[in-house]
Amino acid sequence: MTGEPAPGAVAPRRSEDRQPGGRARGAWRPCLWALPPVALLALFFLHPLALVVQQSFRPDTGGTSLRPYADVLASTAFREALWTTVWLALAATAGCLVLGFLLALVIAFVPFPGARAVARFVDVFLSFPSFLVTLALLFVYGSVGMANGAWTGVTGAAEGPFRFLTTPWGVLLAEITYFTPFVMRPLLAAFSQLDTAQIEAAGSLGARAPRIVRRIVLPEALPALAAGGSLVLVLCLNEFGIVLFTGAKGVTTLPTLVYGKAILESDYPGACVVAVVNVLISVGLYGLYRVVSRRARA
Amino acid sequence: MWALFLLLFLPLFALPLLVVLGASFATNWSGVLPSGPTTAHYAAATRGEALQALTTSLVTAVAASLLALTAGTWAALAAAELGKRRRKALDALFVLPLAVPSVVVGLATLVAFSQPPMLLNGTRWIVIVAHTVLVTAFAHQSVSAALTRLDPGYAQAAASLGASPAYVLWRVRLPLLLPSLTAAAGLCFALSMGELSATMMLYPPDWTPLPVLIYAATDRGALFTGSAVAVVLMTATLLVLLAVSRIRTRASYR
Repeated sequence: MTGEPAPGAVAPRRSEDRQPGGRARGAWRPCLWALPPVALLALFFLHPLALVVQQSFRPDTGGTSLRPYADVLASTAFREALWTTVWLALAATAGCLVLGFLLALVIAFVPFPGARAVARFVDVFLSFPSFLVTLALLFVYGSVGMANGAWTGVTGAAEGPFRFLTTPWGVLLAEITYFTPFVMRPLLAAFSQLDTAQIEAAGSLGARAPRIVRRIVLPEALPALAAGGSLVLVLCLNEFGIVLFTGAKGVTTLPTLVYGKAILESDYPGACVVAVVNVLISVGLYGLYRVVSRRARA
Repeated sequence: MWALFLLLFLPLFALPLLVVLGASFATNWSGVLPSGPTTAHYAAATRGEALQALTTSLVTAVAASLLALTAGTWAALAAAELGKRRRKALDALFVLPLAVPSVVVGLATLVAFSQPPMLLNGTRWIVIVAHTVLVTAFAHQSVSAALTRLDPGYAQAAASLGASPAYVLWRVRLPLLLPSLTAAAGLCFALSMGELSATMMLYPPDWTPLPVLIYAATDRGALFTGSAVAVVLMTATLLVLLAVSRIRTRASYR
């Protein structure tokens, strides 16, 4: 792009600026170069977001009031969606942490030939959209899928026993499947820096595997677990595709409520209220994640 | 331990992909294995509506990745020149789209660009704008992470030899950043290809990306056609990622 000489134009000045005494000289130039991207961000992201907040105070009846908030916060649909979102996200995070820890442990410490291929596969897995998992689960546990087909084939029953897919449990299973790799990646990075001498010493002194894991590996992995866990928590809170694809009318989370209110009901003030609540929760948690992951790296 | 690993890993991660692949070739799946092998779904998934959706997705993803890469790289380079506190503020600002749910980004874009000064609603640009906003955060994050690892010695040497700042940026810093730029491009592309939540909020009828088409197919019960389209989506994403990683290997050897 043609505008690009920009930031570099100030590079050689850097040392000059930092000299003791000559502090403020030319300090406005870097700010000037930072201006275009910030202006674009403001135009396409911050301003629209501000409009959402503004609209959340403008009921359809006109004027500016807290009516939309009162209406939405009092509605059972919103309360149920909030509760479903929170418990699903917490449960999925717990599941991802346990499963991710086990899998990362095996990949890192049990030597086997395919370990690198597995790590590659995880990367590929992460580049696919989340709703593919739900699509696959429809074939595995759906009303005419693999598991139910096998059951009716073996027992001769008319219907299979697996009917959890359109309940929150189906969403939970899909979320755990899709988000576990997000926990595994920081863990694998942490394990690769673990000093194996400690483990060997413990082993030679007679400690068994569970004890080694509990006393040596787990404490080392805690920061990575915290970072991965809080990332997954935020991602689960905001997950949309998985919930939409289960096609369950009974499972509504905050993001699907935003979609339903805006697109299906054309209730924009209501959608904006839910959106504001969702943003507050998720930005707050994301801030927490940034703090935790910075600690983890330090 | 091995057995446990296979028991957990295969059903969880490999199975979903294999199942979608298997279903895309089947007409019926009521036993353990799919039945009625056919390629008819692919015939449907590679022409007409589906083919148009594929080009839509590709154009959107390429446009959004390039725009996001430009904006993200510019912001990262500009942030590197700022003082510590300002740099932190800029970084936080550019990471914000990651923390905001993408459905809300979609809603915000819809609200902002449905009214006169910038009326984009109903055009393809509203989809591209939303995708760009969503992936810019990733581009910015990976480029600024690469910048902190960059050895400043090369740029300083070039500058001390009299190279102009523009020349230093164009011939020294950007080539050194090229491997991470291509990695960021691949990431942005894959994310944009699979983006569903914001797209559902604002796609116009004549600009339907693949994920929306897959949802429409499964929603009306055409699961097998849906999986064929999903396989097309995965293949397209993988091919582009492969091409990008080849560019990257070449770039890092230079």
